[in-house]
Order: sequence, then C-alpha cells, then structure tokens
Amino acid sequence: MASNEEILAGLAEIVNEETGLAPEAVELDKSFTEDLDIDSISMMTIVVNAEEKFGVRIPDEEVKNLKTVGDAVDFISNAQA
Amino acid sequence: MTRKVVITGLGATTPIGGDVPTMWQNALKGVSGAHTLEDEWVAKYELPVHFAARCSTPALDVLSRVEAKRMDPSTQFGVIAAREAWADSGITEIDHDRLAVAFATGIGGVWTLLDAWDTLKEKGPRRVLPMTVPMLMPNGVAAAVSLDLGARAGAHTPVSACASGTEALHLGLDLIRSGKADVVMCGGAEAAIHPMPLAAFSSMQALSRRNDDPERASRPYDLDRDGFVMGEGAGALVLEAEEHALARGARIYGELAGTSVTADAYHITAPDPQGLGATRALKAAMFDGRIQAEDVVHVNAHATSTPVGDKPEYTALKAALGNHVENVAVSATKSQMGHLLGASGAVEAVLTVLAVHERKAPVTINLENQDPEIPLDVVTSARTLPAGDIVALSNSFGFGGHNAVVAIRSV
Repeated sequence: MASNEEILAGLAEIVNEETGLAPEAVELDKSFTEDLDIDSISMMTIVVNAEEKFGVRIPDEEVKNLKTVGDAVDFISNAQA
Repeated sequence: MTRKVVITGLGATTPIGGDVPTMWQNALKGVSGAHTLEDEWVAKYELPVHFAARCSTPALDVLSRVEAKRMDPSTQFGVIAAREAWADSGITEIDHDRLAVAFATGIGGVWTLLDAWDTLKEKGPRRVLPMTVPMLMPNGVAAAVSLDLGARAGAHTPVSACASGTEALHLGLDLIRSGKADVVMCGGAEAAIHPMPLAAFSSMQALSRRNDDPERASRPYDLDRDGFVMGEGAGALVLEAEEHALARGARIYGELAGTSVTADAYHITAPDPQGLGATRALKAAMFDGRIQAEDVVHVNAHATSTPVGDKPEYTALKAALGNHVENVAVSATKSQMGHLLGASGAVEAVLTVLAVHERKAPVTINLENQDPEIPLDVVTSARTLPAGDIVALSNSFGFGGHNAVVAIRSV
C-alpha cells in the first residue's frame, strides 16, 4: 500500500518518462490535458504504466474521469485499499 | 515547358557517418561500417549471420528520449536525416501548403511490430502500447517528417523494397513538375537489423556469411562476393522548383534531371538475367532528362554484392550506355555501408549529388578479384570527375522486380 505522497511521486515519474515533463510540474491540482498537455495516447500509456506500478486496474471507462493528477491519485489509492 | 527541379538540401545518417559531411569524407576514404553484432539474440536464435552495418551515430544521441519514444527506429533515422537536409537547404520561410513529403521505406516499423507481438504474448493485450499502430505503419516516417516540417501538400510513402528510396525521388520530381508542390522533402529510411529480418534474408541466401571478417563481407563485383550486408539508416534530399530556389538565392547542389521506374514482371525476387527492366529504367531516366550516353560520367550502382544481382546491372548499363560504359566511373558504395534496403536509394542519391557537386566519385572497397564478366571501371580510390556539364546516375532495384533510376546533372 502506497501513501498518497508515494502515488503522486510514482505518477510524476511515469509522466516524466512518457512526456519529459519535470516531475515537480506534476501536482495534484493539475489537469492532464489542460495543464500538462497530455494527449489521449500518452494518457493511455500513463494509465497502463500506473496499473503495473501500483498493482491496480484502471478500467478504460474510468480514464475519462481522471481529469486531474489528484483524481488519479485518489483512484489509485482507493483501488489499492 | 517542364519545370526544372534542383536539389538544395542533403541529410543522412548511415553506418559510415551520422551526418552528410562525415559520411562523405568516409565515402571518399573508403571505410567499412560493418561489424560483428554483440546482441544476445544472435546466439539465442542461432542466426547464421553474425554481423551487420549499424548507424554510426545512435538515434538517441540526436533525438530526445521522449521524442524517440513515439517513433519506430526507422522513423527516428528518417527524421534525423530530414532535419539535417532541411537545415542544409537554408529555407526559412515557405508556403507550407506547397511543401510535400515523399519519404520511403522498404519494410516500415518492423521493430515496433515485433516488439508489440512479443509484449502481447508475454504480458497480454493491455500492455500493447497505444502508439503501436502509428509507429509500425510504413507511412509513419513520411507522416513524422510532414509533422516535423509542417508539410501540408501531401505526405507520400513509396514502397518498392530496395528501390523505395529512389522511387521517392521519382515521385518528388513529379510532384514539382506537375505543379502540386514547390518543395518536396524526399528520402528513405530503414531500421531492420532485428533477428527476424536477418533470419528471413539469410533463409533466402541473400546475406553474406563472412562472419569472421565483417568489414570485408560486402564486396560488389568481386569474384568472392557471397551476399549483401544488412545496413540501416536514412537519406534525405530537398527538391525544389528551380525558380523557387533562385528566388531565395539558394545554394544549388545539382539538378534532378530525370527519373524513372519500371517493373521486370519476370520473377518475385530474381532479377531478369538480361537486365531488361533495368535497361528500360536507365533509358527512360535518360530520356526524361534529355541525357545522351556521352553526358554520363559516373554511376552509383545498386551493386549489392550478391552473386546473381551484380551482373545483370552491368548488362543493363552496357545496353543503355553502349561502349561509353567503359568511360564511366562506377562506385558501389554498399561495399562500405552495406545495404540500407528502402533507404539505400536515398542515401546513394545524396552521394551521387555530392559526386556531381564536388566532382569526386566515392570509393568501392573490398574489390580484390574483379569478376571478369563485369568489366566496369570501378572506382577503388577516390577519383576526380571531369569539369564541364556532367551527369551521374544512381540505380536501385528491389524485390518484386522494381527498377528505379535517378539522373543528376551539374549546374
């Protein structure tokens, strides 16, 4: 079980790997599309990498609800619980 | 009045140089880009061929990691060469609706395709990356170059095996002559040094097996030639309508005077032993460029170093040029960099343009005992080409019976 801080740090690492964005730019209130300029293809890659890293399943229909980094952290945290 | 088309930019990444100046210096010196493959898969799959000619500068030394992630290795090479050619052209302002791309490949994203298949088998469908399709599609390189340059007059991908790169120039010339574009980024890219293509080309007995001496394995016209050496990389040329180039005061390397494409309709892989399709291609390119045999001083030959391929090309050159063939300096540059498949025509066109521009023919290495049935004047040490108006030809032939020729005239 990862803490929310650990999930955020892990997500930031995945986003950096996929997009080159600095990990510190990946903050809870940031929108994946509006603020981080992540397109749907990168988003799917990030989702699949997050599933592997945190041992959770993020259904395709859930991905559109993950608007901000915080949404993703909450979803992963709940899915791990 | 046919629009005249000139070449104003060159780019390349190859086994003998990661950019045009390095490649050209090495091509005049005569070096080999072939080396033993250190990859674990060579032993794992017991490949009969243990060497190839990899690009001398890895793509990741040039592109950012994130940029490279979305590109198959073939596209990475293509984008690197296209960027060099674009910078070299000096074009700063252009009507992007009049800029097209004709960027070829022989095979396309074979690494991406096979990696994704491995992932599917080992980890399941969820792990197959969403970028897989745009990375494996053969038009991926033309699309990436079009995106990179903002080229909106069409992005085309001629696919004709090892004639693809030359066919891209044929298409590019047409696009400008017919008024569909003013500038075309032409080229070819290939990255197929993967165990499957190596196994497949070996299985058809096309590759040299000189495992103990890779640098001497590619030996076009030599009696001991036993197959080609797999290479990889990309070449790119900026074609430009002459009036467009003159209006901006561009440096002009040469004129793309004529091109041609023919088909053997003889056999799926073997060349027509009489070289009839190749002869028709040579004659058609010369007719297209209003070129007489006596104008031709240099040929960059297809010459892959296979026992069956090299001779019909000589037969065709003899048929097209007559006795003048004896006066033509022939370079077989695959002796140095191996066979870049769908990229070879583009890279060899870059070398041919430079030969005309610099008046120097690049070197053919490893020619120790010239096949007496191929009595060409092969350039084995860098040679100066004559002054005055000159023409050079570059030939490419591909599995499927594809023949393509480009003719470059000095300006």
